[in-house]
Amino acid sequence: MDRPVISAKNVWKVFGRDPKGYLKTMPDGRSFEDIRADGYIAGVRDVSVDVARGEMLVIMGLSGSGKSTLVRCFSRLHEITSGTIEVDGEVIGDLSEKELIDLRRSKMGMVFQSFGLLPHRTVLDNIAFPLEMRGQDRHTRRARALEVIKLVGLEGREDYFPRELSGGQQQRVGIARSLAIEPDIWFLDEPFSALDPLIRRDMQDEFLRLQGILGKTIVFITHDFDEALRLADRIAIMKDGAVEQCDTPDQIVMNPATEYVARFIEDVDRARVIHAGALARAGQLGEGAPVDSRATVKQLAHQLVNDQRAIIPVTENGKAIGAMSRQDALDILLKVG
Amino acid sequence: MADLTTNSASSVVLMTRIKAGYGLIVFAIGLTLLQYAGALPTWLHRLPDAAVPPFADWLNAIFNFVKDDLGLLTLTRFLTEGLEVLLDTTANLLFGKRRWPNLGPIPWSAIAATAAVVGYYLGGWRIAALAGGTFVWTALIGQWDIAMQTMSVLVVAAPLAFAIGLGLGILAWKSPGFDAVLRPILSVLQTLPFFTYLLPAVIFFKVGPTAGAVATIVYAIPPMILMTTLGLQKVSPEIVEAGKMSGCTRWQMLRHVYIPAARTEILVGVNQVIMLCLAMVVLTAFIGMPGLGAKLLAMMGSFKIGRSFEIGVTIVLLAVTLDRMSKAWVVKLPEHFERGTSFWVRHRFLLLALAAFVGFTLIAQVVPILSEVGRKQSWSQGKEIDNLIKGFLAIEAVQAVTGSIRYVLNIWVLNPFREFLLSIPMPAFVMLIAGAAVLIAGRREAWLAAAFFGLVALTGWWDRSIITLYSVLSAVFIAILLGVPIGVIAARKEKRAKAVLLVCDTAQTFPSFIYLIPAIMLFGITATSVVMSILIFSMVPLVRYTIEGLRNVPAEMTEAAEMSGATRMQKLVNVQLPLALPTMAVGFNQAIMFAFFMVIIAAFIGTQDLGQELQRTLAGTDLGKNFVLGICVTLMALTFDMVIMKWAEEKKRRLGLG
Ligand SMILES: Nc1ncnc2c1ncn2[C@@H]1O[C@H](COP(=O)(O)OP(=O)(O)O)[C@@H](O)[C@H]1O
Ligand SMILES: [Mg+2]
Repeated sequence: MDRPVISAKNVWKVFGRDPKGYLKTMPDGRSFEDIRADGYIAGVRDVSVDVARGEMLVIMGLSGSGKSTLVRCFSRLHEITSGTIEVDGEVIGDLSEKELIDLRRSKMGMVFQSFGLLPHRTVLDNIAFPLEMRGQDRHTRRARALEVIKLVGLEGREDYFPRELSGGQQQRVGIARSLAIEPDIWFLDEPFSALDPLIRRDMQDEFLRLQGILGKTIVFITHDFDEALRLADRIAIMKDGAVEQCDTPDQIVMNPATEYVARFIEDVDRARVIHAGALARAGQLGEGAPVDSRATVKQLAHQLVNDQRAIIPVTENGKAIGAMSRQDALDILLKVG
Repeated sequence: MADLTTNSASSVVLMTRIKAGYGLIVFAIGLTLLQYAGALPTWLHRLPDAAVPPFADWLNAIFNFVKDDLGLLTLTRFLTEGLEVLLDTTANLLFGKRRWPNLGPIPWSAIAATAAVVGYYLGGWRIAALAGGTFVWTALIGQWDIAMQTMSVLVVAAPLAFAIGLGLGILAWKSPGFDAVLRPILSVLQTLPFFTYLLPAVIFFKVGPTAGAVATIVYAIPPMILMTTLGLQKVSPEIVEAGKMSGCTRWQMLRHVYIPAARTEILVGVNQVIMLCLAMVVLTAFIGMPGLGAKLLAMMGSFKIGRSFEIGVTIVLLAVTLDRMSKAWVVKLPEHFERGTSFWVRHRFLLLALAAFVGFTLIAQVVPILSEVGRKQSWSQGKEIDNLIKGFLAIEAVQAVTGSIRYVLNIWVLNPFREFLLSIPMPAFVMLIAGAAVLIAGRREAWLAAAFFGLVALTGWWDRSIITLYSVLSAVFIAILLGVPIGVIAARKEKRAKAVLLVCDTAQTFPSFIYLIPAIMLFGITATSVVMSILIFSMVPLVRYTIEGLRNVPAEMTEAAEMSGATRMQKLVNVQLPLALPTMAVGFNQAIMFAFFMVIIAAFIGTQDLGQELQRTLAGTDLGKNFVLGICVTLMALTFDMVIMKWAEEKKRRLGLG
């Protein structure tokens, strides 16, 4: 197994007058409310997560649950109060200002909810901005910027100013800017929340297409469960600054770790989330035509109803990995239990 | 229950406050009556001279120490050299003073044409016409040289004030410690009457344009600092984070992210810098700086109303032009060019401005009138206007009207009021002020008010301070009688309100000096003119805030009143005015501040107040006295500011409008 790209251990981020001093003397087990009563705000509470290379981790939670704060700790836009965060094996809290700037200039890209574009720069200049900051010459940065502009489909808009573009186009600029330096790690903080639902859908497709080409390590924040399901390899659900559960969508839906997570996913159509692969039990074989592990229960609905077999074999990339119980799948489809 | 106790506790506090307030006032009345009865010892009426500490001497000692022993004078004289080179350069270019680079003067037509092109670029035809027209007028009316004398200081002072203000603003934003030191200094600077800027400038910097420029720069810096910090603080956190994630160093953050993103506020600061500079440059006439202000002063002094009027128009046109152009710059946003747009089109305005400048400069070599409008050729109608006005004033009816206004004002209102204020014993006066402060604002304000007025008494300038106060109060009182009804009537219709607000906005950009002209025109060089000019000047904010207060009353409230069948008058008195009152109080406060400002300028007409003494100090080198006088004005102004603003805030909070 590869070393994780981002590895956070017992990360705390407390806002207030003297967060470090407070945290040192704070007794164990103080809840979010207790901390608030002490006059501090716990943005991130004792979070430990790893993000593997090429993985897309989606962070979910209600507004104010600490998603943005956590991601800003990953990129050291916030100094954490305690714990450690390693990026590519380096403890980022120990980096000097110069090293940190170098890290951001070479490895990290970030997309913001309200775009964070510089209003006085054209699309081209906004996208070339990170390149300009790292001192690349005019010609190279222009060439690279035009490349990313093409990638996000903004050809012909190079000389526009942000306010002359629609919201969707502005976010394309934000995405293009974050990609200009070819980062390994890509942070996206609710990139599509400010967009209309229809455009949001388009942008998600666009994003999946880009990720198909680029295959980056991604931390993606959203508060929209459907969005999370479309995109995530793993989902981390946050509440009051703490990660309640961090797992694949199937596992979260099938085995919610806490009461809160259970309530959070209450309204989710589980048949659309759970894949055959998650239902497959290794060791069982079953007979007859197999189903693909990546198919959701919903996609298999027709077959499940008509099939007569009690257990159905499941294959992943053509290799058998086990078999699932048809009754289990039907229960999920019919929302039993 | 908890609510009830705090309520009753606060009403107890209120009761003691009211008791204390009335107690003070009753006591003050008692003292005054004793004085009338002749039973008050004189040392209780006015502070005996022996008890007045020699503040001026102390201050002078400090100034001398700083100036000579600490070597500040050497430093400032050193700085002066650089400034002088700049001023000489602009003076040469604009009106042909014989100094390096010996190129000027630039033909007026070239400047007018360039201004028109810049105006067009910033705001289209209207501003182009305004800018071009202003300069054409200035040349044709025969005031080009004096206007350029003013401009030559302005074009040096404004950029310097901008740069210094921007730098200090950035420092204050970066360092909370520096900010904490700077803020109180700024708020004092902003209430100091401008006269206190002039004399130090004269003493520490050379007399003439240099001192004028320094005073102007110092005067214009505070708002630039405030706007810069405000703008930088308002930059959206996401833009900041985007900059950091793009790998900006600290300097790159400032240069490429913060400053461009704070563009709007910074440009608003530029607008304020320009307007304050213009106002101050005109006022530097008082320290003998040549230019529009000095000419106006001279013309008014010799009662040449026609010429004064023309100079006034020039100043107003310049003010409006500079204001509109810089405001247009604030809202001007970059537009993109389509791909493949040629160099010529991309830079068409720059090229056009260059062409206009070079073209007219060349043509002017052949057509002299385009280079300089001689005395004989100017269109000045000074004499004719003089005669016209004299004729108008000689009309019996007009004379009867102005005469009776003057008579009624002087004999029935102003003089008695003045005598009355002067008759109050000093301790009683301080108590009255404190009593009023406790009733209107609160205990803290009352203590401060008493301390402030006590200090004024200690300076030994009590009588003159009271006369200053009397001018301010009587003018503002009349301004309220006129301004509030005007505001109420204007606020009734959207369109009318907009029009009046526009007039107020424009009037506020005029340098205060201008307001003397109509007053002197109608009432000559008399005490009535002083009150009149203050009155006009301070009416502007009153009308403005009355309209804004009334128009911002939430619609549901007026509708509720309409539904309960209130007449228009009932609605106004019971709903709109009470709700608008806090906003109107802000206008009232501004009116008083403006009045304190104007009363000093108007002293030029000849009064017996602090302004008169202040103007006298300018002729000498008594820096200490100049400061003491300035501080008297500041202390009185601060008292009003503090009390009124506290009241307005409190009221707003209670009405739930905050
Ligand atoms: N700079 C800050 N200072 C103080 N509190 C903050 C700051 N930033 C975030 N918080 C608090 O931290 C908590 C988490 O905020 P955030 O991470 O923005 O939530 P989310 O992105 O999930 O909506 C909130 O309670 C918020 O008020
Ligand atoms: Mg957020």
